[in-house]
Amino acid sequence: MRTKPSIWNRLFIGLVFLFLYAPIFVLIVFSFNASNSRSIWAGFSLHWYVELFQDQQILDALYTTLAVSLLAALIATVAGTFSAIGFYNMRRRWRTPLMTINNIPMVNADIVTGVSLCLFFVAAFGLWEQAASWLNDTLGTALPERLYLGFGTMLIAHIMFNIPYVILSVMPKLRQMDKNLVDAAQDLGCTWMQAFWKVVVPEIKPGIVNGLLIAFTMSVDDFVISYFTAGSSTANLAMRIYAMTKKRISPEVNAVSTLLFVAVLTLLIIINVREARQEKAEARRASL
Amino acid sequence: MKNKLSRFAVPYVVWMALFVVIPILMIVVYAFTSADGTPTLDNFARIGEYFPVFVRSFKLALIATLVCLLIGYPLACALAREGARFQRVAMMLIMLPMWMNFLLRTYAWMSILENTGLLNRLFGAIGLFDLINSLFGTDIEYFKMINTQGAVVLGMVYNFLPFMVLPIYSVIVKLDQKLIEAARDLGADGVTVFRRVTLPLSLPGVLSGITMVFVPAVSTFAISQLLGGGQQLLLGNLIEMQFKGAAYNPQLGSAVALVMMVIVVICMTVMNRFGEGEEQAVIL
Repeated sequence: MRTKPSIWNRLFIGLVFLFLYAPIFVLIVFSFNASNSRSIWAGFSLHWYVELFQDQQILDALYTTLAVSLLAALIATVAGTFSAIGFYNMRRRWRTPLMTINNIPMVNADIVTGVSLCLFFVAAFGLWEQAASWLNDTLGTALPERLYLGFGTMLIAHIMFNIPYVILSVMPKLRQMDKNLVDAAQDLGCTWMQAFWKVVVPEIKPGIVNGLLIAFTMSVDDFVISYFTAGSSTANLAMRIYAMTKKRISPEVNAVSTLLFVAVLTLLIIINVREARQEKAEARRASL
Repeated sequence: MKNKLSRFAVPYVVWMALFVVIPILMIVVYAFTSADGTPTLDNFARIGEYFPVFVRSFKLALIATLVCLLIGYPLACALAREGARFQRVAMMLIMLPMWMNFLLRTYAWMSILENTGLLNRLFGAIGLFDLINSLFGTDIEYFKMINTQGAVVLGMVYNFLPFMVLPIYSVIVKLDQKLIEAARDLGADGVTVFRRVTLPLSLPGVLSGITMVFVPAVSTFAISQLLGGGQQLLLGNLIEMQFKGAAYNPQLGSAVALVMMVIVVICMTVMNRFGEGEEQAVIL
């Protein structure tokens, strides 16, 4: 017996959404502002969109954000899926402590993860410098002696905090899977590798796709961990924006985020419409 | 067969040792050493100077978590009462802002809250300041909203509210309606149903929501930087300054991070104990 939602229900939901979307609305409106003020409206203009496509710094930052997020999400999805299968098939005695360690990056504060990786990379580079100079002197190789924080370290950090989310979304699908399926496939002559590709992967596919999406979202939105691991030569969009807030933010940033917002909104609408259509089609098939 | 597949996890175990365990251990080591590498407790002694920062961080994070809970719980309940289609769209709308960088959304609050910002302009336009000035004989031109603790709490609530709503909603939406009907049939009124049935059953969602809001709130440095204007120093700012700022001192930064981490872990353990006790009480 579900009571009909009251008008107060809707009003409350509406107020919270107003709170969530007011700043976004302000951002979008001021991306079309003719002047560079962030609170005085000086007329409609596409000026900042034109500027945006000529600003190499912001375009580079956008490119870095998308490249890191895409690479990190893909690598973390593959690595996380294999690791989840590994953990699932492990004895409980081993699995429990390892899963606890796996959860550390998710529950730990971002700043602690970022700072700890920063310390680790700097120390590792110090060791590498010693090893490389020794090798160069004794064997005459030409290894680079000095390494710097940059794209590579940022990518490692992103993969590191993405994998736990992938494992977390693949694990339940593995638990739901009928264990006998793998045995059956092998009884019917599959090698264990074939059983893996033909039976296990299709069964857990929704978990894998979900993990990929979460990982990508986490990477796109990350600021803190990138800030501590990317060094001074590389910057993603968030780092560029943070650097700008110390002086003055150019409305170009409003423009780039408006474009991103529209892109994501379109994507979500397409996904939702498709899902709704599929559900309808399935319901029709079921009724026949 | 089982053991063969468990080998898949070996590379990740090595990876975790390298990039999760060793870096955390390095924080511990740094916290207990001085700049020249000798073991010392000086870093912890110096933390005493920053006691007000600890208090302010935990206070603001606690207030923000409480406000998130007070908005998030009723919102999750209100959403669960709506139709399936409405719920799907609403969930999409809650996730969508996360795709727009949080720094940018926080920055938008700056232009709303500034002394010459949108909100103060709106108040001026509707004659609120004239009214107040004529009533009390004061001479104010704006409300000071930016660079206050209130603005920092607002920023925290705004950014982390989805993390409170999502786990609570996912528990409440799965709640068995028959239990509530049964309670009503047995004569419980609305308040009793909520206190004895809905609340205990949704507790796991509430606990994970509290964790997901409190931890980023207590350790943030960007929100306090933007909306607190550098006047409301938080633990995150303190740590950031030791690693990226002029006051370069990773040993002290590590010590602050370590103490923060330990306090958070203790709080979460106590809270989860308390939560487990509640759950058992429900079953009994």
